[in-house]
Amino acid sequence: MRKRMAVAAASLAALVTTGLVTVASPAFAQKAGGTLHLAHRENPPSASIHEEATISVNQPFMAVFNNLVLFDPKEKVNSPDKIVPDLAESWAWDDTKTKLTFKLRSGVKWHDGQPFTSKDVKCTFDAVSGLDEKIDIMRKSPRRIWYTNLKSVTTNGDNEVTFTLGRPQPSFMSMLAAGYSPIYSCHVPGRDMRTKPIGTGPFKVTEFKRNEVIKLVKNPDYWKKGRPYLDAIEWKIVPNRSTRMLGFQTGQFDMTFDSDVSFPMLKDVMEQKKDAVCEARPTNVRSDILINRDAPPFDNPDVRRALVDTIDFKAFSDILSQGHNLEGAAMLPPPYGVWGMPKDQVALLPGHNPDVAKSRSEAQALMKKLGYGPDKPLKIKVATRNIAIYRDPAVILIDQLKQIYIEADLDPIDSSVWYNKIAKKDYQIGMNLTGGGVDDPDTFFYENFYSKSERNYTGYNNPEVDKLIDQQSAETDIDKRKKLVWDIEKKLAEDAARPNIGHNYDNTCWDPKLKGILLQVNSIYNGWRFEDVWLDK
Amino acid sequence: MGAYLIRRLLLMVLTLFGMSVLIFVMLRLVPGDIADILTNASGISDPAEKAKIAHELGIDQPILVQYGKWIGGLFRGDLGYAYVSEQPAIDEILPRIPISGKLAGMALFFAVLLGVPLGVISAVRQNTKLDYFLRVISLSGLSLPSFWLGLLVLMGSVHWFGTIPIYNSDPHGFFDDVAMLGLPAMVVGFRSSALIMRLTRSSMLEVLRQDYIRTARSKGASMIAVNFKHALRNALLPVVTVIGIEAAFLVGGLIVTETVFNIPGVARFLVEAILWRDYPIVQNLVMLIAFVVVMINFLVDMAYMALDPRIKFAD
Repeated sequence: MRKRMAVAAASLAALVTTGLVTVASPAFAQKAGGTLHLAHRENPPSASIHEEATISVNQPFMAVFNNLVLFDPKEKVNSPDKIVPDLAESWAWDDTKTKLTFKLRSGVKWHDGQPFTSKDVKCTFDAVSGLDEKIDIMRKSPRRIWYTNLKSVTTNGDNEVTFTLGRPQPSFMSMLAAGYSPIYSCHVPGRDMRTKPIGTGPFKVTEFKRNEVIKLVKNPDYWKKGRPYLDAIEWKIVPNRSTRMLGFQTGQFDMTFDSDVSFPMLKDVMEQKKDAVCEARPTNVRSDILINRDAPPFDNPDVRRALVDTIDFKAFSDILSQGHNLEGAAMLPPPYGVWGMPKDQVALLPGHNPDVAKSRSEAQALMKKLGYGPDKPLKIKVATRNIAIYRDPAVILIDQLKQIYIEADLDPIDSSVWYNKIAKKDYQIGMNLTGGGVDDPDTFFYENFYSKSERNYTGYNNPEVDKLIDQQSAETDIDKRKKLVWDIEKKLAEDAARPNIGHNYDNTCWDPKLKGILLQVNSIYNGWRFEDVWLDK
Repeated sequence: MGAYLIRRLLLMVLTLFGMSVLIFVMLRLVPGDIADILTNASGISDPAEKAKIAHELGIDQPILVQYGKWIGGLFRGDLGYAYVSEQPAIDEILPRIPISGKLAGMALFFAVLLGVPLGVISAVRQNTKLDYFLRVISLSGLSLPSFWLGLLVLMGSVHWFGTIPIYNSDPHGFFDDVAMLGLPAMVVGFRSSALIMRLTRSSMLEVLRQDYIRTARSKGASMIAVNFKHALRNALLPVVTVIGIEAAFLVGGLIVTETVFNIPGVARFLVEAILWRDYPIVQNLVMLIAFVVVMINFLVDMAYMALDPRIKFAD
């Protein structure tokens, strides 16, 4: 434990130092030019960030777009008090805190030469939120729940736009600052946005060849003068991880895909490429257990409680990440996460007792009371997507369930039908991964635990929690809001609503000649504009 | 001969029709479709969004209508639009065929180049140390999985040369092709060469025991003339059959090798299209493969006649 603490502290110190150095060193002699060569882990489902929910789309395509505002790219931690202008020059809330008006930058052009105006902002958020279903710039919107409080978007001339909310929502700015919130243009149809998108960003898409390559070139008309430094970015799609790593080791790629280097692989990478710069950080992706609480046996709270009490976080972490995964409640824990519950409080939650033997004996007693035992185990199936990162924790869970007389079989499910199966409640236990686009309680709780959310896969429905989620969402005082967030985390843990078995923590490596990279520590989805990155060749 | 050819051609058409029905139906029996996958990829399972996508792509139409549209399109040279990339399927498939074609061609060339001579040598030197050595090599070729061999070759390449062959979509001529595809072709071809070698060896051993070989030797014909002119030609018939079958089965080996060496050929593309239930890509590609296999079989039959003038097909 002490060793893990030391590693975490050292990592954080290194991260903060890197951040400070980057911020405090304007005198860097940045060199312009060159092509950045990167390896992509898979063929992205499309190029349309608003339609997808994966880093596989954000990392290559965020550089094509701009947002209204952005989490400060020079800061390691995405935080609501560190949001900087992007396409918006300034913004202001009205006295009721329900109208947010942005003054937009003038003279900005889309990659096809058309002028950017307030109509594009309206179009984007009308489509994303579902306020106008007829707009043909996207065919699906997985983050619609983020914008349920958005009542209208109105324009006032070409350079002003106002968002009207149903009630005050301080997190609204954080949502707009996310990598998942680029501004689309009104005049480009969804089909083009999915295949060869048009943006206002520092790079233009010249080629998106499925299974092969994504090519971006510098936008010479970019509104931010002197940026980007790079002439081009070339992503080779390399689905085989070993091949990606060998390509990085031999210098054919300047950087690995985000969080692609697991701890067992890190040693090998560092041995083969001694000058590699590697940074470990949380991904804001957590492994969690989906429980079907509407059908036997997990409709019984005692069985759910027993399941939670048998979880041994340390065993999961040791096996999956050599002990680096972070223990926390629902939100990413501090010091990386802004909102997560402090460690001492986490230890008091069900499923987080450091004395696992004691918790397990209590769970065994519960199970015996229900009539189960070594001779009469409860037989269940643990469903999960048939992908290694899902299967591995599921297998460990199956092993831990044996301790409390639950005999589970692994039920690997094809990815194409995974969410259908969960939505139909055709499972008992599921092992899942849940990523947070923004380290913010609004996005995370509304998406995953709000009763009306489409992505609340388990159908968790607790009116008290819904009320608390709404309450924290409207709270403007950060400290008071944090306390509400911790109350929600406690309720979720007590209700065994998606018990989590760890917040993932992985490595990203790059060649030392690559400069200006700053990895943000509480979301992997937001820092990929690449406009400040340069090659020291 | 003419009637035989017509019969074979009619059989080919019938086989291809059966294949088209089989491919079409089996693809739709697999659970999940592109609408499921597209919504699943975004982490949503809203039936309305799914229905909208299904309607947009035409997969909500009756299966017979879908089949009719596909076959009608095939006759017009219209392969439809890929579901994932939303580009014409033909534009997605065509550029990848030469890549896999070159890789398969090189692999087959390597397999024959290695397999046939080593098989002959192994047979001629039966039960010598050289024979045992070559048999071990051929056994290893059959037993080593190509993904493992591919990774081993890549690691060796990193260790000794400090680089790995990375596919470049714009090769400058034949030597560029060989530099990019040579190693992967050897990995794919190694397994086939092992099979060809073993078959050549056993076939040669059988022929070498024939009376006419003894006669040729007793007449003073040179060893090369006996082995390569008299024996090999007659031993090659089963080998040619296997080469034909191997050419068809090479696609399986290509999938793994294209993935490990990151070659954007049709084999890897096909696997991904299956995972995405990208029907227009899968249907057309599998049909193309079926066509190639049927053609290869036809050509192998024709090759029999060229190799053995005694074989005649009844009219």
